[in-house]
Amino acid sequence: MKHFDVVVVGGGHAGCEAAAASARMGAKTALLTLQKAGLGMMSCNPAIGGLGKGHLVREIDAFDGLMGVAGDKAGIQFRLLNRSKGPAVQGPRTQADRKLYKSAIQDLIAAQPNLTVIEGEVVDFIRHGQAVTGAVLADGSEIQARAIVLTAGTFLNGVIHVGDKRTSGGRVGELPSIRLADRLVAFNLPRGRLKTGTPPRLDGSTINWAHLELQHADEQPTMLSFLNDQPQARQIGCGITETNQRTHDIVRENLERSAMYGGHVVGVGPRYCPSIEDKIVRFADKTSHQVFLEPEGLDDTTVYPNGISTSLPAEVQTAYVRSIRGLENTVILQPGYAIEYDFFDPRCLTPSLAVKGFDGLFFAGQINGTTGYEEAAAQGLVAGLNAAAMALGRAEVLFTRTSSYIGVMVDDLISRGVTEPYRMFTSRAEYRLILRADNADQRLTPQAIALGCVGEARRRRFEEKAELLARYKSELEEKTYTSNQLAGFGFKVRQDGARRTAFGALSQLDTPYQEVALRLFDFPQMPEAVLAQLWRESLYSNYADRQSAEAENLKRDEDLRIPADFDYAVLPGLSGELRAKLTQHRPSTIAQAGRIEGMTPAALVLVLSRIRSRQTQRVAR
Amino acid sequence: MLETIFALASGTGKAGVAVVRLSGPRAHDALGRMASVPEVRRASVRRLQWQGVVLDEALVLVFAQGASFTGEDCVELHLHGGRAVVQAVLVALSEMPGLRMAEAGEFTRRALENGCLDLTQVEGLADLIDAETEAQRVQSLRVLSGAIGAKVEVWRRALIRAGALLEATIDFVDEDVPVDVMPEVREILGGLIVAFRAEVEGAKRAERVRDGFEVAIVGRPNAGKSTLLNAFAGRKAAITSEIAGTTRDVIEVRMDLGGLAVTFLDTAGIRKTTDIVEALGVDLAIERAVAADIRVFLLDAEGPFEGIAVRPGDLLVQGKADMIANGAEFAVSGLTGVGVSDLLGRISDGLSLRSVGDGVLTRERHRIAVVKALAALELAQREVESEFAVVEIAAEELRAAARALDVLLGRIDVEVLLGEIFSSFCIGK
Repeated sequence: MKHFDVVVVGGGHAGCEAAAASARMGAKTALLTLQKAGLGMMSCNPAIGGLGKGHLVREIDAFDGLMGVAGDKAGIQFRLLNRSKGPAVQGPRTQADRKLYKSAIQDLIAAQPNLTVIEGEVVDFIRHGQAVTGAVLADGSEIQARAIVLTAGTFLNGVIHVGDKRTSGGRVGELPSIRLADRLVAFNLPRGRLKTGTPPRLDGSTINWAHLELQHADEQPTMLSFLNDQPQARQIGCGITETNQRTHDIVRENLERSAMYGGHVVGVGPRYCPSIEDKIVRFADKTSHQVFLEPEGLDDTTVYPNGISTSLPAEVQTAYVRSIRGLENTVILQPGYAIEYDFFDPRCLTPSLAVKGFDGLFFAGQINGTTGYEEAAAQGLVAGLNAAAMALGRAEVLFTRTSSYIGVMVDDLISRGVTEPYRMFTSRAEYRLILRADNADQRLTPQAIALGCVGEARRRRFEEKAELLARYKSELEEKTYTSNQLAGFGFKVRQDGARRTAFGALSQLDTPYQEVALRLFDFPQMPEAVLAQLWRESLYSNYADRQSAEAENLKRDEDLRIPADFDYAVLPGLSGELRAKLTQHRPSTIAQAGRIEGMTPAALVLVLSRIRSRQTQRVAR
Repeated sequence: MLETIFALASGTGKAGVAVVRLSGPRAHDALGRMASVPEVRRASVRRLQWQGVVLDEALVLVFAQGASFTGEDCVELHLHGGRAVVQAVLVALSEMPGLRMAEAGEFTRRALENGCLDLTQVEGLADLIDAETEAQRVQSLRVLSGAIGAKVEVWRRALIRAGALLEATIDFVDEDVPVDVMPEVREILGGLIVAFRAEVEGAKRAERVRDGFEVAIVGRPNAGKSTLLNAFAGRKAAITSEIAGTTRDVIEVRMDLGGLAVTFLDTAGIRKTTDIVEALGVDLAIERAVAADIRVFLLDAEGPFEGIAVRPGDLLVQGKADMIANGAEFAVSGLTGVGVSDLLGRISDGLSLRSVGDGVLTRERHRIAVVKALAALELAQREVESEFAVVEIAAEELRAAARALDVLLGRIDVEVLLGEIFSSFCIGK
């Protein structure tokens, strides 16, 4: 029998990131997947990053993860979203060449020490009471591990719908994990059913590109990884077209043939990613919807039409696609489909994504009710780090709402659960102005270095950057100007007689920072990247103080852990209502408890006092 | 830095003494803004002043960090128990930077965290919780029906809409959302700001209706003020005599006037005097008269006098109508009762006018919430009106406003905003 510290089940974005993170921590790790060649496959749209999602990628990158590096290798159309808005809400994104992405991930996995990839289907877990100690493969062989990360994606009881045709599957052409799903019933965890949809894939050589508007890559591209400055692949454009009245008529006439509207699908789909059927029913007064034609690769003619996912029968898909400008003669390579799958209520997880009530079992990715590569990969990172920490007897690695988008996501999932597939948005992060994509490394890489999960090259690069930033920032903070002097340089400042530092003066709204820097100090000696970063910090510095103070308060509550075996029943005086809610949600921290609806400050104090008295008793013993 | 919190520590309602507690790094500084800070742990009498107005003469106790009931720097203000006094002190504290009203249980929590509390004391908290849960429910104005509930619902909808519009342009940039949402956001913010300003004004009136109005009778010595007060009261509340300067302290008579609680104040006659005690009485008379809602200027034969400004709504009345017959338009006599009921009628009318208002904020906590939200909305407005609007900063201010209004409107979190976005715009490129 094989022995590992950590076994990761599933080779999607969550699984790859989990396995690599665990191996970086120094744990002897196995990645179990149905097919080695499937590692790093992008089964939905061919893009990485975006708003909120780009933040997650940068945070994974700050921990020396895979997604940013692979995305940069495969990036064929880098665009920084919200370029006209402030840096806090800008998100790096790129179209990715599927093949390049896959091979980049596979190369990274292959090069990772401590990591073994094993092909096979997991059909059961080995259990000793509540401890999960290994996995059983379809061929009967067993693998032992101290910790297991399950990343089953949409494969648990996956059902694919095209019109009224239903097939079982995790992705088109791949079998679902029914045996494993059956075994998991024994774990008696609350679950639900979600759905998601894909559009038909088009043959790009049959698209009339000449009639379409093109959206180009940024001229000065922003990379996903902090390690890179330049795209590595050729840059291309995406086409833009739109649906029209005729498209809508075709869809409307065939609505009852859609799996979703025909009542075949019970799972709940995301509101932010409606199918074309949904768009036409719910927004009946809109006469047109945008469609982005995203090439899936440089030497691949497949095109992903973003915005028209569907579960209509194949022939209806052909009809409505051909009603769209530029697609009059387009051939569908693979019809769109809706997929329904099981997920586990993430409220059964701890902040380290361990399953409550079991030892050594972690869940990450879509089985926790999320959607998106980035969300999955970020959870993979959390679960991988923590599975390794557990296997090696080290302390938990926690992400909080005050430190990262990853922390926001984990906290949302485990304390609020999901009602639709969970996707990251910048608006979910209450400390958005300080949790930026541009400072993900400053926020997280020191922690990652301390954990020992950062490679030498990245460590050196980060430390150099941090040193430069600190040096120039303190230099700029030493230089001060009166409001009169600043007016003399041609800046509009309030004439209040207050002195301002050069750092504070950097963020003039009506003057680009390069220009401010030229007027105020000799900037060419400062690297442009350093200046740009100091400007970003300066822009939000007033708010950063406020948000940091708030974050500090929240952090205190986040640091107050509630023991897993805390018994609310013996807490005198707690109202029945609150007792029931606390017992049901089992919050891990006082901060989480505080977010339970109807919770009162006095009740929190009561919980806190009981924790304290338990601690005191323990010390006394 | 940790926030400094304050609250009324003794029970609400009329009591002999009311204790307001402050705890946190700015507690001593806050006291310093109102009076000189006495030595720690030494009970001292201090005149508390805020923005030129004397709030109360209070017994003040100061505790240092590490030797106080919360373990932090603390101050206790033992005030005269009147609601108006307590209210005035709480308002003053809420206006100081870094201070906010404590949540229920917050002092206890700080004590606990700093290891300054016997755990059996905390058990006592338990009894509070059911009551508090219920109180919170009632406190949220959202649960109210009728006009107030409807109004609050309108505010909530407006805040959600403005927040959703801003967030939509941030999080769904490549999507089919309106390019320029700023005109609608500006309109919503403008409307909310006007409404909230009116509420803050109205809150003062609402407070008055609850705590009662004050009407001061002022005049030169021996103008007949005490006799008039006795006529109002229908009893000998004040000593009267022919000797000018009989009244030295302020004498209060509380009565119900057409459904309004009104306290009439009989004050010392206004004149220059070398008598130290009388001079104190004159100062006090002026102070209270200035703070009163209406001043009845009781004139003697010599007519108007200096010292107290006449404000709109004040009444000028010829006194001693039984003795002075100068054809004044409006004359009264406390002795014979001539004109007294007419005067009471006019006072009652004047006060009724002032109590009319649709302010919904009858609690200080609510008022503070709206004041905070208003400040945030004004900053958001400044941002969206700017040529160089930074939308995420406007959104941050809007978020701060919604957070401040939690207690009134119920929580407006990101799920609520996303709900609004997804139902208004077709997201899903």
